[in-house]
Amino acid sequence: MKYLHIILANLKRKKFRTILTIGSFAAALFLFGLLTVIDKAMNSGADFAGADRLLVINKVSLIMPLPYAYLERIRQIEGIEEVTFSVWFGGVYQDPKNFFPNIAIDTGTYRRVYSDIVIADGQWNDFLADRQGAIVGQDLAKRFGWKIGDRIPLEGTIWPGVWEFNIRGIWEMEDKSLPSSDFYFRYDYLEEQRPWGKGTVGWYIVKVTDPSAGAGIVSAIDGRFENSPYETKTDTEKVFLTGFANQIGNIRLIIISVGAVVFITLLLVTGNTMAISVRERTGELAVLKTLGFSDAGVLGLVVSESLLISGIGGLIGLALVKLFTLGGDPTGGFLQVFYLPPEAIGVGFLIALLMGFVAGFIPGVNAMRLRIVTAFRRI
Amino acid sequence: MVRLDCRGEDCIVKVRDLDKKYYRGNEVIDVLRGTNLDVSPGEFIAFMGPSGSGKTTLLNLVGGLDEPTAGTIFIGGEELNKLSRRELARFRARYIGFIFQLYNLIPVLTAYQNVQLPLLLTSLSKKERIKHVETALAIVGLTGRMKHFPSQLSGGEAQRVAIARAIVTDPVLLLCDEPTGDLDRETGDGILELLGRLSKEFGKTVLMVTHDARAAAVADSILHLDKGILVEAQEPGVF
Ligand SMILES: Nc1ncnc2c1ncn2[C@@H]1O[C@H](COP(=O)(O)OP(=O)(O)O)[C@@H](O)[C@H]1O
Ligand SMILES: [Mg+2]
Repeated sequence: MKYLHIILANLKRKKFRTILTIGSFAAALFLFGLLTVIDKAMNSGADFAGADRLLVINKVSLIMPLPYAYLERIRQIEGIEEVTFSVWFGGVYQDPKNFFPNIAIDTGTYRRVYSDIVIADGQWNDFLADRQGAIVGQDLAKRFGWKIGDRIPLEGTIWPGVWEFNIRGIWEMEDKSLPSSDFYFRYDYLEEQRPWGKGTVGWYIVKVTDPSAGAGIVSAIDGRFENSPYETKTDTEKVFLTGFANQIGNIRLIIISVGAVVFITLLLVTGNTMAISVRERTGELAVLKTLGFSDAGVLGLVVSESLLISGIGGLIGLALVKLFTLGGDPTGGFLQVFYLPPEAIGVGFLIALLMGFVAGFIPGVNAMRLRIVTAFRRI
Repeated sequence: MVRLDCRGEDCIVKVRDLDKKYYRGNEVIDVLRGTNLDVSPGEFIAFMGPSGSGKTTLLNLVGGLDEPTAGTIFIGGEELNKLSRRELARFRARYIGFIFQLYNLIPVLTAYQNVQLPLLLTSLSKKERIKHVETALAIVGLTGRMKHFPSQLSGGEAQRVAIARAIVTDPVLLLCDEPTGDLDRETGDGILELLGRLSKEFGKTVLMVTHDARAAAVADSILHLDKGILVEAQEPGVF
């Protein structure tokens, strides 16, 4: 590119301004990348939620319990293959920052509902044989360097005291790209030890025989417990997981709005900067035209300059996000999939270039239309 | 009707019945009225006249930077009115070199890069471009200043760089608008001498607008422009 030195020389003309403009692009693309990562993390649960699974929670709130007695009553409903249940324990391992979900499960039914969780039969049997046993996800085990046989104390937050568990197995998801960072232990151990809440569970998970009949089953379950002290709310696991994200606000809408505002601001700022920088060298552009540079050539120079700024800024911003994600989930488990995919880098880079193009295009067209004689008169 | 002394097709610049009006609100400014001009190849013509008499306007029209209100301009047989903007740009790049009073160098480019600019529009290789730029800078006597930026050059040096830029593509026609207007006497003399040499030694046709009475020493003829009319002075050297 024999014109590159001209473009670079123009960028060096006002170094501080160029750095600021590159910085705006870097900041905007950093934000874009980060929002993409968060959006992905928020919705990753939904990606692996089985379509044939329904979740039954207390209608009032997820954190309110349901009676254990519902197990048999749900099981009687037509079209249900299996029912299991869980209780959120909320224990803390050493430090609250080490957050990970720790959940009591019903060993008798759990694996029949969650058939996509893989664990060696030997380890499962050891888990069944030890009342204080626990099975942990592979990601979680890796995170804390746990091995089978380790004794793990969790400080109870709902049920106080230090609860001790023995790791009897390590599980992973059938699809290995999915996160495995939950800690499971036995419901019967919790039930025996907890001073209150006995006879209740956190939520039920229902596996249906025919996913297409799901809607009917949902109303059958909720209908059965209508007007009881513990009314239920049933939905597919997928809806539940995205609904969980929705509780924090419509994340995706927020992300898109914030992103749009940032990019519009960026466009106004850089468009203005480019316009100023082109106006400042009206005379020079007229000289180039005098020397025989075509209108399209002058447009090309201005737009290339803008593209170079936006491209460099965009890459810096995206590289920073990538670096940031390599450090792992900063929330300690809340965002389990914390990853900037290559497609997002590509899309971000293209957005940056598009912004650069638009910002440079209008001043570029003005430069293109510029009449030499008028420009010289103005000097 | 002056200077129709070019016989047949062998004149390099041929201007016929050129009118140029500017409109400023309701006011019409008649800058050029029926101007005719013939220039033979290799000729060096100086234009003089009071400020505002239309000298720059005439030069811009001949260089294809502006469009006449009426009349025709031929450069080397090409009728400028018939060229599109794009063709005009290409035409300027190939056949015309411009030299201005304020040099009009690009401040962020070095002397070398400034001189190279017109060559970027050609298909020359980098090596060939280097050779051409070096030759042009040698002709103007500035070989040692290639890496300097315009702000690091004296006025005379900057004008020499501008002249090198104007001749680097070896154009047939040089258009100079008060090239010594911003220089002291001595430096200005050097520039005039250089332009004279370009005409005598390299056969360039030079049209130069000037206020400088000493231009007579290098020009073949001097034309006066007054109230839109061109008049030939008696003999070079009289002024
Ligand atoms: N674009 C323009 N619009 C209006 N008037 C103009 C324009 N260009 C030149 N003029 C007028 O035309 C006259 C001739 O200008 P110019 O050719 O620059 O004269 P000179 O170079 O001889 O000083 C001046 O009166 C000037 O004000
Ligand atoms: Mg003038």
